[in-house]
Amino acid sequence: MARIYMGKRKMLGKHVLLIVLCCIYLIPLYSLTLAAFRPGRDLLRYGITLKTLIPTDLHLETFRGLFTIRDGIYFTWFGNSVVLMLIQTVLALFFSSFVAYGLSVYQFKGKKIVTTLVIFLMLVPIQILILPLYKLMITINLIDTFFGVFLPMIVSPFAIFFFKQYIDGIPRDLIDAGRIDGLSEYGIYFRIVMPIMPPAFSAMAIFMSMQSWNNFLWPLIVLRSGTKFTLPIGLNTLLTPYASGYDLLIIGALAATLPIIIVFIFFQRYFISGLTSGGVKG
Amino acid sequence: MSAKRIHTSMQIAPYVFILPFIASFLIFYLYPIISTFIMGFQQVYPGQVEFIGLQNYQKLNNPEFKVALFNSFRYTVYTIALLIPIPLFLSVLLNSGNRNMNTVYRSILYIPSLVSIVVAGTIMRLLFASSTKSIVNTLVVFFGGEARQWLLAGPSQAMILLLVLALWRWVGVNIIYFLSGLQSIPEELYEAADIDGASSFQKLKRITIPLLKPTTIFVTTISIFGGFAMFEESFILWAGKPSPNNVGLTMVGHLYNKGFQEGEMGMASAIGIILLIIVFSLSLTFLKMFGFFENEGRR
Repeated sequence: MARIYMGKRKMLGKHVLLIVLCCIYLIPLYSLTLAAFRPGRDLLRYGITLKTLIPTDLHLETFRGLFTIRDGIYFTWFGNSVVLMLIQTVLALFFSSFVAYGLSVYQFKGKKIVTTLVIFLMLVPIQILILPLYKLMITINLIDTFFGVFLPMIVSPFAIFFFKQYIDGIPRDLIDAGRIDGLSEYGIYFRIVMPIMPPAFSAMAIFMSMQSWNNFLWPLIVLRSGTKFTLPIGLNTLLTPYASGYDLLIIGALAATLPIIIVFIFFQRYFISGLTSGGVKG
Repeated sequence: MSAKRIHTSMQIAPYVFILPFIASFLIFYLYPIISTFIMGFQQVYPGQVEFIGLQNYQKLNNPEFKVALFNSFRYTVYTIALLIPIPLFLSVLLNSGNRNMNTVYRSILYIPSLVSIVVAGTIMRLLFASSTKSIVNTLVVFFGGEARQWLLAGPSQAMILLLVLALWRWVGVNIIYFLSGLQSIPEELYEAADIDGASSFQKLKRITIPLLKPTTIFVTTISIFGGFAMFEESFILWAGKPSPNNVGLTMVGHLYNKGFQEGEMGMASAIGIILLIIVFSLSLTFLKMFGFFENEGRR
């Protein structure tokens, strides 16, 4: 699909520009990878230096720190992140698609207001609401619990919007056929619509797991005890002026980042479609 | 099932389906917004609340708040100025030529957005470390500049760091938005332009940019929200501590400090309300300026 046809020289220019740019964009992650095998005290003192970037004299034993430093608390954080990600993603997929189905197939009073509200809420940054949400969590006793972290996230306006667009594309005959077969309205959703939604589910699942995995501000506010921290919150506590913190911080940061990049490489398509259908279509 | 029962259930069912959204809206959006609004007029002590009118808003007339407002505003303007033209240009490049190579480029530019802010901020801290040996200082000296303590030097250096971080993380995401916009432009337009002998630049100016308007409006709107909501970046860069002379203080950072560190819930709420008003009026003005609502009406 060559839209703007380019001459050979221009084509070469394009590749040179993009290759240089890509190299620059890879520097931070390349640095992280090599820094992870350097002593924390050097990093704390000098930062990432030219010497860090030359892959010699690597201390491969640093990864042992993941298991030994603070009795291996790293894997507690890792586990917490995984558990929260699974719960949050599964619940968000279910509730958001449930709502989306209602908004897509029925005509009812208030439909327009609710649809507008969904679009509007996609834009409200949660950062503005953290203070009253925090007070609410205190009132209902959910501070320092996983419930408190995922409860406000399980009905996602973004996911509703995404699923609504997908369900809009399902032929109405299919739904009517279900009614003729005597299925209840909910039966139609569970037996007919849900089984044809896996493509949409996988796109959103990847997108939401990633968001949950990287979620920072809200868990930072809700979670208090070190054993309940998720990875980003735990790693954040290591940003101290002590070398022992850096020993775990850098290798831990690498171990937290690699899984997402690996998942991305295998499921790229889903990442991209999850992202763009929430945006504008032409 | 009788026809009548189906009819009743079809009338009730939609409300059952949207119930989770309504509940979540009431509890997690409407209630917080209303309670922020009310708290903005209160002095909140533990277990005791006093109505103090507009005092919280009057107290915001202080240098710290102004710095926070100025920083957030500056950050938003700069990120829009950088994160629209650069991704737009790159997406045009990525929309032509060898598909496989383009996918590789696109993926590499997109990967940074998958990295947690804690990790991204930590890497930036280390790349921009104060020591003369740090990689950025080495480069700066190599090109004839002076080594700096980037995090401590001053407002311009702080802004440069925040913008480098934003560019690293978000260029790839915006490229994807623009690419999806580009894919909806009909090929025939370019073919017709070729027949008329239009240059690449003319095609970009006359076809691509005007037809990408909906995407540009969308990206600008999310950038306004994102820019004013920025907090985590500066929180990590300065390791959770106040930055010297508040060079990295943002509106949300100020809200966080007042509400969570100093226990000034009332003032923090006032900041939240001002933030909400700024963000919404800016994006509404912007959408109106570009005739977004007219188009909606006509459809």
